[in-house]
Amino acid sequence: MTRSMTGAKIVIQALIDQGVDTIFGYPGGAVLPIYDEILLQNRIKHVLVRHEQGAVHAAEGYARSTGKVGVVLVTSGPGATNSVTGITDALMDSIPIVVITGQVPTFMIGTDAFQEADSVGITRPCTKHNWLVKDTDRLAETIHQAFHVARTGRPGPVLVDIPKDVQFASGAYSAKNESRTGHYKPKTRGDAEAILELVEKLETAERPIFYTGGGVVNSGRKACKHLRQLVDETGFPITSTLMGLGAYPASGPNWMGMLGMHGTYESNLAMHGCDLMINVGARFDDRITGRISDFSPNSFRAHIDIDPSSINKAIQVNIPIVGDAGSVLKDLLGIWRSRGSKTSNGAVREWWQQIKEWRKVDCLSYKPSTATIKPQYAIQRLEALTADADRFITTEVGQHQMWAAQFMGFHEPNRWMTSGGLGTMGYGLPASIGVQIAHPEALVINVAGEASWLMNMQEMGTAVQYRLPVKQFILNNERLGMVRQWQELLHGERYSHSWSEALPDFVRLAEAFGCKGISISDPADVDDAIMDMLNYDGPVIFDCVVEKHENCFPMIPSGEPHNKMRLGEDSEAKTIDASGAVLV
Amino acid sequence: MNELRIKSGTSRKSAYDLRSPVIEDHETHTLAIIVDNEAGVLARVVGLFSGRGYNIESLTVAEVDHEGHVSRITIVTNGKPAVIEQIKNQLGRIVSVRKVLDLTTDGPSVERELALLKIKGKGQNRVEALRLADIFRAKVVDSTLDSFTFELTGTPDKIDAFAELVRPLKLVEIARTGVVGISRG
Repeated sequence: MTRSMTGAKIVIQALIDQGVDTIFGYPGGAVLPIYDEILLQNRIKHVLVRHEQGAVHAAEGYARSTGKVGVVLVTSGPGATNSVTGITDALMDSIPIVVITGQVPTFMIGTDAFQEADSVGITRPCTKHNWLVKDTDRLAETIHQAFHVARTGRPGPVLVDIPKDVQFASGAYSAKNESRTGHYKPKTRGDAEAILELVEKLETAERPIFYTGGGVVNSGRKACKHLRQLVDETGFPITSTLMGLGAYPASGPNWMGMLGMHGTYESNLAMHGCDLMINVGARFDDRITGRISDFSPNSFRAHIDIDPSSINKAIQVNIPIVGDAGSVLKDLLGIWRSRGSKTSNGAVREWWQQIKEWRKVDCLSYKPSTATIKPQYAIQRLEALTADADRFITTEVGQHQMWAAQFMGFHEPNRWMTSGGLGTMGYGLPASIGVQIAHPEALVINVAGEASWLMNMQEMGTAVQYRLPVKQFILNNERLGMVRQWQELLHGERYSHSWSEALPDFVRLAEAFGCKGISISDPADVDDAIMDMLNYDGPVIFDCVVEKHENCFPMIPSGEPHNKMRLGEDSEAKTIDASGAVLV
Repeated sequence: MNELRIKSGTSRKSAYDLRSPVIEDHETHTLAIIVDNEAGVLARVVGLFSGRGYNIESLTVAEVDHEGHVSRITIVTNGKPAVIEQIKNQLGRIVSVRKVLDLTTDGPSVERELALLKIKGKGQNRVEALRLADIFRAKVVDSTLDSFTFELTGTPDKIDAFAELVRPLKLVEIARTGVVGISRG
């Protein structure tokens, strides 16, 4: 039975039907009817952010830490354009988000009305799909379809643009189960023959490697369970992209650490030297492959991905398997077990010997200091002092992000929220807010750099308003560290505009926001200060003044293959040639 | 109206690709993209091509099933085989795309294009234009004392060939629909 209600009410009813408990938003003229309805109900909690970009990142943090769809509500014009960075971020990292934007009334569309922007036009290339709803009768169905598209197949952000007159008008409400979801039904089961072919390869491989990505985390707990079983039972080494950390536990016996530009020596050399590469839910990103022509020259490659366009995009593979990571891993594990769980044991043992040799290089080592706080040391201490907690880590983008990925261990999926594909500075603080909203009792830490953190620092207001005890762990080198590092390596140490001469006093800033501020610069104070932060019941801005010129190693210089990695300041090949320098 | 300045031979491959010669190991494919007929769907498809740097040689679009809200977009594109594969997969990912057919590889197909060509001239040139039109089975759809407009249907090559022949007779304007295609049988 259909019920008649206003468009604004339909929006709220549809969200309730979809099981939404939280929305992140910011009101404005074109969404006022919906905000009226928010006030008249208590099923959905609205979190008022301080900037629309923050709303989207917060929804991303919520989505990534729960596996649910994140919801954003913003107004027309600037509300929509401000959310574009967050939407693009969610697209690049395949995060399910539904963004609802207000729009000027239908009869004013195209007249350059106040706060009018072509929201569906602007967001067409950065959403998985978007809709402009011009008829209240279609509104409920469109919202249900939006959730379906956001969470089905390769997840991603969608946007529903609702003109103000459509919000005021009355229309028929159709419930979730009465709404057509359209023809969007991506294939989730992998091809049985291809899976069998891969099983045969598992049985005979001498130098195998699992290379896993965010697709495993996105697929869910079951995919992670099957991955863990498969890796542990085969005894094959495993590495992961930045996005996939936690799918296989960092404490697991076969874990080699992250791979890629700032990945571990053993992971990258194992990728280069393997004879069987099993890519599960990763996409051969340029941060991973380095120089394409020299990428893993002697390997036979299988690629499991739910998105057919990910396959053979950057790297040609031998066995493409289009399907959901969880479903394919389950089938793979089942067939492999039913054939007697065979591997070529002796050869794999030798392979492990080789990997252990590479491990001895101890690629993450750095020169300790008693005079200044080394950023690596600060993160190591943070790791050690929080290892027992079921903690959630978000990051900004830059050196600190890579150090966090290198030095922190993730034992469960959905505990690591970072901007991978788009590399959005300003992601971490609002993301930590979204995570804390979803997990009120958990320890949530944003490992940040001061430059990134300042990009969305207004969201501390949100944290204080909702009493969210998020810990902002800022490694303050008074530099744009990663930019500085590239200028040193690529641009003749010409440090053009990569430092700030007017940083705020973070402790007084914290006081101004109404939260706690801590500032340290002596390595001897690190442990006590971290404990101070952890023991404080409320949001903390932790200003950790660190060594200013520390570089992040290991590093595969752009345009180089995996086996040309630099381990530290003393490595050869100080400069990068012109063909490498054009890459980002 | 001035004479059209189409250099001899440049329109051999396609009238839409006058500047860049076809690069080696590039293949030309005709794709039929079956889409939901909804606002913005053409922008999604075209935006994909421009955003990812793919080529469009020709493009046609029209609704083909009003009841079922289906439109058919025909795109002639070129690229390396891996890029063509990538184009098809990327198109398949668009939520409003129902099906992607590669008319070049999915079995035999027929392709046609329609063109209108305006030729100005008097005396002997007029006679010659009519004679050529007769050979190509082009129809006269408009006639004035000093011009003819011909309608010609055929493969893009046939239209190229006709345009090439009537060019010296003062071809002043040409309008082409772009290719539509359908599989045989």
